[in-house]
Amino acid sequence: MTERRLSRRDLFRLGLVAGPASLAVACGWDGGPTLRPTLRAASLLNDWVGEKVLLRPGHLAPTYPRRARTPEGAFPAYSISRPLPTLEDPDEWTLEVGGLVKTPMSLTLEMIQALPRLTYTVKHHCVEGWTAIATWTGAPLSAVLAMVEPTAAARYLRFDSFDRGYSNGWDMASAHHPQTILAYAWNDRPLTPAHGAPLRLYSPLKLGYKLTKFLTGITFTAERPGGYWEDQGYPWLGGV
Amino acid sequence: MSDDSPPVAPPPAASPPEPRLAEPPADLPSDDPPAAALAEAAEEIATAAPAPAPKHAPEPEPVAGKRPLVHRHHWIVRLAHWANAVLLAGMIASGLQIYGAFTHFGPRGRTYFPNPFDGKSFPHWSRLGGWLAGGLNWHFALAWPFVVTGLVYLLYMFFSGEWRTLLFRPRDVPRAWQMQLYYLKLRKEHPPQGKHNALQKGAYSFILVLGVLSVASGFAIYKPAQLSWLTAFFGGYELARYWHFWAVFLFLAFTLVHVSLVLLVDPASLRAMITGWYRGRFPSHD
Repeated sequence: MTERRLSRRDLFRLGLVAGPASLAVACGWDGGPTLRPTLRAASLLNDWVGEKVLLRPGHLAPTYPRRARTPEGAFPAYSISRPLPTLEDPDEWTLEVGGLVKTPMSLTLEMIQALPRLTYTVKHHCVEGWTAIATWTGAPLSAVLAMVEPTAAARYLRFDSFDRGYSNGWDMASAHHPQTILAYAWNDRPLTPAHGAPLRLYSPLKLGYKLTKFLTGITFTAERPGGYWEDQGYPWLGGV
Repeated sequence: MSDDSPPVAPPPAASPPEPRLAEPPADLPSDDPPAAALAEAAEEIATAAPAPAPKHAPEPEPVAGKRPLVHRHHWIVRLAHWANAVLLAGMIASGLQIYGAFTHFGPRGRTYFPNPFDGKSFPHWSRLGGWLAGGLNWHFALAWPFVVTGLVYLLYMFFSGEWRTLLFRPRDVPRAWQMQLYYLKLRKEHPPQGKHNALQKGAYSFILVLGVLSVASGFAIYKPAQLSWLTAFFGGYELARYWHFWAVFLFLAFTLVHVSLVLLVDPASLRAMITGWYRGRFPSHD
């Protein structure tokens, strides 16, 4: 048959039907068992580009004046546990740093606070699409790296927490970034449970779900660690 | 479609279809302007009445074979066009899914930017991904072929010289005005045109710029810290996300007008975009 048989009017009708029909195909589909692995593979490609191409080790995220801060009540604070996870005995808390390192360490909060101190006012990017600005104070993670000395085999870091097993995997390049800190203060005051007391990971170069709160340990690994949200399908790198 | 497959009557390349340029007024079905046809078609669909015969004078149905069959679109252009249609639909549907995770624009704790969809999610049928992570994975996976297709198309247009038939330039401003007058029935004769008329050039140039801006604002949202210069260009993360969102509705508006005009004004161009061969009333080359 030739397209001559399709009159202009028929074509118009077809267009009216085909437009909505093609949109209806979407229907909240996540790819199903067939396409979901392909999408995850594409996500790994994006992680690679994010880490190897777009991440510039010396490039600092923009900082803001303190007056640009988000009103404190409007800064969302997420956690897995309800109510907020808290320590029974805060004095007993230590950060266990181990895995593929030359010198495993057990750090108290005092030891971490005695390390070089970095304070910045930066924008927090949530994977959901919102942003909020706050001031964070902590010890550069690179200072801890220098103390424990990761071995040549160490390629990743796993951050563990006491928030019902919430954990994260990080790439080494982001861990070495000068703005990556172990934060113990928020808006010039000691960290509150809502923001991950006593210690949380912070960086303006990662999405919020990569910034593990309620830290208990850092483990250096050769294999890429999973994570609470990453295992469910969220992008692994989470770099901004 | 083998009955009039292109190789049977390849157009002689030596003689350009010059007459087409010169004779549009007589050639155009002036009794069937787009607006009238649109209204008629809409009315017909509304009443669902069978339409055995049109009320107006017999439609000047172009007789097959009378017009020369000309090659109008290179396969790269056709491939890019249809790949783009599918990819853009996927990008938009997954983007609407992502939007549902935070249905406002602007920083937390401040007045949100004006947005008729503030606080609203888009209907389930329009979304791709199922949940935020699914939407993100679709969006970031489709972004690569979307960008590559766009680049291949732009490179082809540049190196083939085809960009001359499509790029809207200052001299097209008065021509676009004349074309608009014609569509508004304030001018009787169809202004002379090449492969595209000045309004088409404007629309197609605009949509290419929109595509580039969408990709650029997408990267600005994707890596606001690493690409902070790009994010700053769009006025910051929140505004980049805002513009990225509005691009959706410009794409949808363009698509609606584009498809309507193809079907109402020059249905032969649909075939040309599928097979590459065109037997219609407009010139196929500048």
